[in-house]
Amino acid sequence: MATHAQAAAHDDHDHKPHGWRRWVFSTNHKDIGTMYLVFACTMFFVGGTMALVIRAELFQPGLQFVDPQFFNSMTAMHALVMIFGAIMPAWVGLANWMIPMQIGAPDMALPRLNNLSFWILPFAFTLLLGTLFVPGGAPAGGWTMYPPLALQGGDSFPMMIFAIHLMGASSILGAINVVVTIMNMRAPGMNLLKMPLFVWTWLITAYLLVAVMPVLAGAVTMLLTDHFFGTSFFAASGGGDPVMFQHIFWFFGHPEVYIMILPAFGVVSEIIPTFSRKPLFGYESMVYATAAIGFLSFIVWAHHMFTVGMPLAGQLFFMLATMLISVPTGVKIFNWCATMTRGSLSFEPPMLFALAFLFLFTIGGFSGLMLAIVPADFQYQDSYFVVAHFHYVLVPGSLFAIIGAVYYWLPKWVGRMYDQTLAKWHFWLSAIFVNVLFFPQHFLGLAGMPRRIPDYATQFADWNMVSSIGAFGFGFSQLLLPYIVIKCVKAGSKAADRPWDGAHGLEWELPSPAPFHSWETPPSAAIIARGAEH
Amino acid sequence: MATAHAPSADKYYVPHGSHWPIVGSVSLFLIMAGAIAYLNEWLAGWAFLPGALLLAFMFFGWFHDVIGESRSGVYNHQVDRSFRMGMMWFIFSEVMFFAAFFGALFYARSLAVPWIGGEGVKVFNKLLLWPDYDPSWPTNGPARIGGHEDGSFQIIPAFGLPALNTAILLTSGITITIAHHALQAGKRTQLKIFLAATFVLGFLFVGLQAEEYMHAYKELGLRLSTGIYGSTFFMLTGFHGLHVTIGAIMLVIIWLRVMKGHFTPKSHFAFEGVAWYWHFVDVVWLGLFIFVYWI
Repeated sequence: MATHAQAAAHDDHDHKPHGWRRWVFSTNHKDIGTMYLVFACTMFFVGGTMALVIRAELFQPGLQFVDPQFFNSMTAMHALVMIFGAIMPAWVGLANWMIPMQIGAPDMALPRLNNLSFWILPFAFTLLLGTLFVPGGAPAGGWTMYPPLALQGGDSFPMMIFAIHLMGASSILGAINVVVTIMNMRAPGMNLLKMPLFVWTWLITAYLLVAVMPVLAGAVTMLLTDHFFGTSFFAASGGGDPVMFQHIFWFFGHPEVYIMILPAFGVVSEIIPTFSRKPLFGYESMVYATAAIGFLSFIVWAHHMFTVGMPLAGQLFFMLATMLISVPTGVKIFNWCATMTRGSLSFEPPMLFALAFLFLFTIGGFSGLMLAIVPADFQYQDSYFVVAHFHYVLVPGSLFAIIGAVYYWLPKWVGRMYDQTLAKWHFWLSAIFVNVLFFPQHFLGLAGMPRRIPDYATQFADWNMVSSIGAFGFGFSQLLLPYIVIKCVKAGSKAADRPWDGAHGLEWELPSPAPFHSWETPPSAAIIARGAEH
Repeated sequence: MATAHAPSADKYYVPHGSHWPIVGSVSLFLIMAGAIAYLNEWLAGWAFLPGALLLAFMFFGWFHDVIGESRSGVYNHQVDRSFRMGMMWFIFSEVMFFAAFFGALFYARSLAVPWIGGEGVKVFNKLLLWPDYDPSWPTNGPARIGGHEDGSFQIIPAFGLPALNTAILLTSGITITIAHHALQAGKRTQLKIFLAATFVLGFLFVGLQAEEYMHAYKELGLRLSTGIYGSTFFMLTGFHGLHVTIGAIMLVIIWLRVMKGHFTPKSHFAFEGVAWYWHFVDVVWLGLFIFVYWI
């Protein structure tokens, strides 16, 4: 294996910069990917702490720990931190690490831009988290920033707006880099329909990001000028409409939720075949289903706002378009099940997280289908049922896929195997507590408990207590993740180049740990062919 | 091993460490922090100047490095294609930014304003809230926000200054194309003249827009705060004017590079990137002319 030897030689000899310069001036996709993942993990615990403040307050009816204003800040900040600080950077980190290795490229296409994309984020979150310390407190009008409520924010208001501008700039630049890398940096012979599904799903994700993050920038700019410069975009007295903000926001917001879930589909499509020891069932239909979901994401946004008083034709259109999404999503679920059928299954930690994803994301999908029905949605709108729904797709959906991806590729990244027994503990604790945490919220919502309130009627007490117990169990279980990763980096046993015997793809053709520069010479056609046995 | 990192055009050039991106991140942070400090009245308006200067410094430094690498021949065809694709996707993101404001204009004009006036099932707006409101465009809403003292305002007719500006921008689109053909044919003098003509037309456009703004503010009662019409008018034309200004500065930069002898008939990505950007502001203007000024 000339390529292996060559790559290994590079690893030993290349001028890997040392000290802080290695990270601050980095143009290396792996180092930048690592920074993204560490940043995401940090923000995950920051946002998680906010969630625990919420659940502690809701453990019992009445006001126990925090005042209502601060409680509202926690709900808004928890969402902003988790969406823009944890889930999205985690996916970009995984994209950075894996896409060049999976397509046979030496690095990302625009390495300096890659550094800029990452290093904007810590500054953006300095601004966002700084709002906790200014007069008037952090934003408390929800992460969706609906006017006129959001316009009543204090000193935190422009901080939130500009933090979002910075996050948006980071996402757009990062997404441009991903698109260009995938379109231009594939090894000769790696044509589009040979790409691994993680790469495919990220290509469509990146397209969605470039298309909708600027729309969010436009929306928050209008908020800013309405607040400070006297415009009337969202004021009916001047001929504007507060509902218009919701339309613009959700034109961004709905593709945004697919930005958070499509790479998860990619990861699951990598993990399930590996541990079923079978090629993925229906590769091409997976690609087309992903593209279909990407397209549909642009024409369903108003299902977030069925109760604002839209014309009947609008409600019907958005209801039916939303239901259409279940077709390509169903194709995916079917394909994953068909992949496992008559496979030779084993249940290592990545597979466990992928299987939990399959079951629990599907529950979130079903509740989404319920929410898509306009007359039913009139009942569910702004209730805990909605909270349960989107947490089911985001926590055992996106987050479980991220954790699964880390457990899948960690041996490749550090060249060491982690403690699989501990990782299984992590899985079972997570999988049990996440249901204790979120499943009762379905009942609370259907019984009429509204979201974003610090206190509630006593009839909701029991399930809130159960949910809070689940939250603390889930939150503290997650401390296992950094522990397992650090233990692996420091003292894991040596991992093979292909630690999972069913794994296919170019990343497994590289040595473990992957060399600092992945494919300085493109992989040969034979290696690509071996890698592409989907 | 040294050979692996020596510049050579047969493999994809991967830069090794650069301090410009972190300078860029810090400058963006300083700009944002300065703007926040100004808006929250913690500091005066100069607060974002340090960040802006640092950002300009970053652009010079970063592009200096890239131009140096380009001229030393380390970029192969594939690197060139990355730059091209990157620029195209960046322009696409800009298109989507304008789409948000065009969307606001269309929504306000064809849905929000008629609803405020009581159209269809919103009839109670008319009966109970604003019986005297005439929901015709242009409008500054039932409360007649902004405008003259009586709440009235006039708009800028399409076939005056805006039509002239349309002609100016379209002409500049032609001059830059002539400049591009001259560059490809190696006619440097023609290139210099037509490129200079392009940015002169660009700055002329911006100057006329400024003239139009002053007229609107002083005589017409049309301001940023003049209800939804003023909001959409000034945000759309304002962001467009900002982009024309940026584009014209980019044109000046590549003109200076032409004067220094940069670009060859075969290799001139920076020129083409700027030209694409210029056509983009041109097309956005056509949308503005039709939907903001004319119809």
